[in-house]
Amino acid sequence: MKADTNESKIFKVSRRDFVKTTSMSISGLLLGISFSCSDTAKKLSGNPEYVFSPNLFITLNGNGDVTLIAHRSEMGTGIRTSLPLIMADEMEADWNRVKVVQAVGDEKYGDQNTDGSYSVRMFFTPLRKAGATVRLLLEQAAAKEWDVDVSECKAKNHEVVHSSGKTLGFGLLAEKAAALPMPEESSVKLKEPKDFKYISKQSSIVDLKDIVTGKAKFGFDNNHLPNTKIAVVKRNPEPGAGLKSFIADNAVKVPGVIKVFTLDAPGFPTTLNKPLGGVVVVAENTWAALEGRKALDVTWNKGMNADYDTKSYNNAMLKSVKTKGKVRRENGQVDKALASAKKIIEADYVVPLLSHTPMETPCALAHVHDNACEVWAPVQDPQGVRKSLAEALGMDLKNVTVNITLLGGAFGRKSKPDFVVEAALISRTMGTPIKILWTREDDIQHDFYHFPSAQHIKVGIDENNKVTSWLHRSAFPPIDGTSNANAKEASGAELSMGMIDLPYAIENVCCETQEAEAKIRIGWLRSVANIHHAYAVGCTLDEVAKARGVDPVQNMLDLLGDDRTIDFNSLTSEFWNYSEKLEDFPWSTARFRHVIETAKEKSNWGKSLPKGSGQGFAAHRSFLTYVACVVEVAVDANNKIRIPKVDYVVDCGVPVNPERIKAQFEGGAAFAASLALKSEITVSNGAVQQSNFHNYQVGRMSDSPYETAVHIIESNEKPTGVGEPPVPPFIPALCNAIYAATGKRVRQLPVRLA
Amino acid sequence: MATYQLNVNGANREVEAVPNTPLLWVLRDNLNLTGTKYGCGVAQCGACTVHLDGTAVRSCSLPVSAIGNKKVTTIEGLSSGENLHPVQQAWMDENVPQCGYCQTGQIMSAAALIEKNQTPSDSDIEEAMSGNICRCGTYERIRKAIKKASNAAAK
Ligand code: FES
Ligand code: FES
Repeated sequence: MKADTNESKIFKVSRRDFVKTTSMSISGLLLGISFSCSDTAKKLSGNPEYVFSPNLFITLNGNGDVTLIAHRSEMGTGIRTSLPLIMADEMEADWNRVKVVQAVGDEKYGDQNTDGSYSVRMFFTPLRKAGATVRLLLEQAAAKEWDVDVSECKAKNHEVVHSSGKTLGFGLLAEKAAALPMPEESSVKLKEPKDFKYISKQSSIVDLKDIVTGKAKFGFDNNHLPNTKIAVVKRNPEPGAGLKSFIADNAVKVPGVIKVFTLDAPGFPTTLNKPLGGVVVVAENTWAALEGRKALDVTWNKGMNADYDTKSYNNAMLKSVKTKGKVRRENGQVDKALASAKKIIEADYVVPLLSHTPMETPCALAHVHDNACEVWAPVQDPQGVRKSLAEALGMDLKNVTVNITLLGGAFGRKSKPDFVVEAALISRTMGTPIKILWTREDDIQHDFYHFPSAQHIKVGIDENNKVTSWLHRSAFPPIDGTSNANAKEASGAELSMGMIDLPYAIENVCCETQEAEAKIRIGWLRSVANIHHAYAVGCTLDEVAKARGVDPVQNMLDLLGDDRTIDFNSLTSEFWNYSEKLEDFPWSTARFRHVIETAKEKSNWGKSLPKGSGQGFAAHRSFLTYVACVVEVAVDANNKIRIPKVDYVVDCGVPVNPERIKAQFEGGAAFAASLALKSEITVSNGAVQQSNFHNYQVGRMSDSPYETAVHIIESNEKPTGVGEPPVPPFIPALCNAIYAATGKRVRQLPVRLA
Repeated sequence: MATYQLNVNGANREVEAVPNTPLLWVLRDNLNLTGTKYGCGVAQCGACTVHLDGTAVRSCSLPVSAIGNKKVTTIEGLSSGENLHPVQQAWMDENVPQCGYCQTGQIMSAAALIEKNQTPSDSDIEEAMSGNICRCGTYERIRKAIKKASNAAAK
């Protein structure tokens, strides 16, 4: 999946660029946010024209204004606020004097690929060091000015204070600090956590007011280039299969339509980067483009997946997991242990294709002219987009500029560049700026879907009521299958999301996979393979508890065994720790136990509930974050499922922005409830059968939890991500609650009780 | 093409559009009022919600020819200057938005609800907001913010 994501590499990038410049070396001012200056700050100003840029991320003006670069994409997690907040804290900047500027896509910023829930994990320490270095420089500048020892000077809230009480404002010190040599890395001291003023404190997102007043700019809101035209594309329902013929006579008659032409199809597999091709309609305005497209008469080619039918495909996967597959983790002798078990628990689980459906569909503005390309787009991976554009246009990377707008949700969809490349190719043909719109129908029918999957789990319990064996088989087409026709086997990384990372102290464990071929574009969806694995494992554990006659929480603690760190590398050669070394981010059963026990306590686990109501429990570690979840459901006579209460306990190390962590968990619960209760993509004759929210249903207010309590464990451990971890344990907790309320086991998603 | 005189956010605006053009695209393309969002185009998601004479409507499914002299209010016209509408203020107090994309539509639906019903119950809120989807799942805070705004409005 991801390349190395360790922190030191990134810090080297920012160290290398830790050079003084006297001009703002930043661009991408599109998302600049200004805060008003206070009067006291103005009094302290030095040369207001002076610009001190000690590193790529921080700029201090002579008037005291601070500009901080947000280099990761904002799709709703609050990262555009949280990362600058870390720098401001270490720098002792006053948050009200800070302006946040979104970086363009450029390698000089280090990793910008915003997925995998690792923004905070990867950048917490480097950005703290960047901020602390500037703080030290300012303290040194003040010491020099006063001719005192630097130990007597302390930066505090945008000024440096001497032990005698005298002060100098940051603005006044900017020019003087710039004249100093860059301090040795070893002399830079990070703050003690107790001295944090923004980290772990509540803070609103920087875009809040712009969002509630409608001023925030998303991907389709950029109307600043004169002569911009609108494009939509009609695509073959079978991905990659291409065009046979088309008649545009009626389309070009639609008032406002300018041009109709084709884009080549990539064949299948399509790759993750290439557009699907199709018939392009360019028009003066959006409605004309849509009406023009409606009037097209198109005949599509049939490709290799013309007979793809999810019903038979899923049945075949389900059949395959009943027989022995390729072993991916094996400890002890499962067959033998199962043969001598007193009780056997056995269940199959099926999860359908799922679509991301961010509220903002894929869209972009592109302008290709004079052998240069500039785009404004809601993308998770701006550097990847830049490369794809350079490749598709045959241009030098340096001639391609990727400006990142706010993302109206993404969930993994906007980590692919295909829609931006489309816009650029169309702009090149037209010679004008082009805004491309994917309609909701385009989005639902041409997504990179979450894998369809089938799983089989078989558990043996011996005469002492001990779980002695665990057999887990999983079949799903790997994401690699979208790029490589020979990739039919799930990768170790995909299996380390909830399957081969099984943490329980069970003597005999076997994890196997069956091959499955991608027949449609598969991509990562919020928490990826954790979705289906955590669902199957979490539901099976509930069945095991029942079979053992033990409370489900106690059952999990029993299985977890003594506190220890698990050396997964010795259990399977395929283990993946989200690109981190196990030494740096160990698998700690103590931390897992702690979230489980806390959830039991906080949720009032086992409380008495009326008939038709029930509580369910599950816990899961994903993206290095430990989460336990208790869901309460109420099912009425019409089988309408309501979720009055959810309790989450999360251990994500240092909670950098607790307010946004809570928001991610509230939203994650609603997102997971939506996946489990509502959503399903089916394919018949190679074409997706759903088209809009009437038949690809997603959770609305009444389907979502009424109250989500998020309990954050206080911790000084390294921070880990929270964007994806809320999703995996929620679905089994919900299904287990449905069982508690109705006596019905949910073995297939979405939940259908009737 | 036809010419329409629209009253948008208190101002008279003349626009040229074919008669079946949805108001959404007239607002966004002709008037550059981009706070009103596209989410589905078929009255399923609420991202495009505006007020027509104070009633919440889905502008993606409302042809410009049907507006006549009714007053159109978009998110840009919900409040003026620095004074936020109580619903917008409640949205800020409760830190409702995540990605923010659905939020202008949510706010317009909520503002229309509170205009008619100053003490909405949970089920009133659920009903009034059932046409607005938020994929980021901010529903709990939306409910809280509506209650907060309705308390403020009732005072
Ligand atoms: S865009 Fe109008 S309701 Fe979805
Ligand atoms: S805040 Fe993202 S869709 Fe509602």
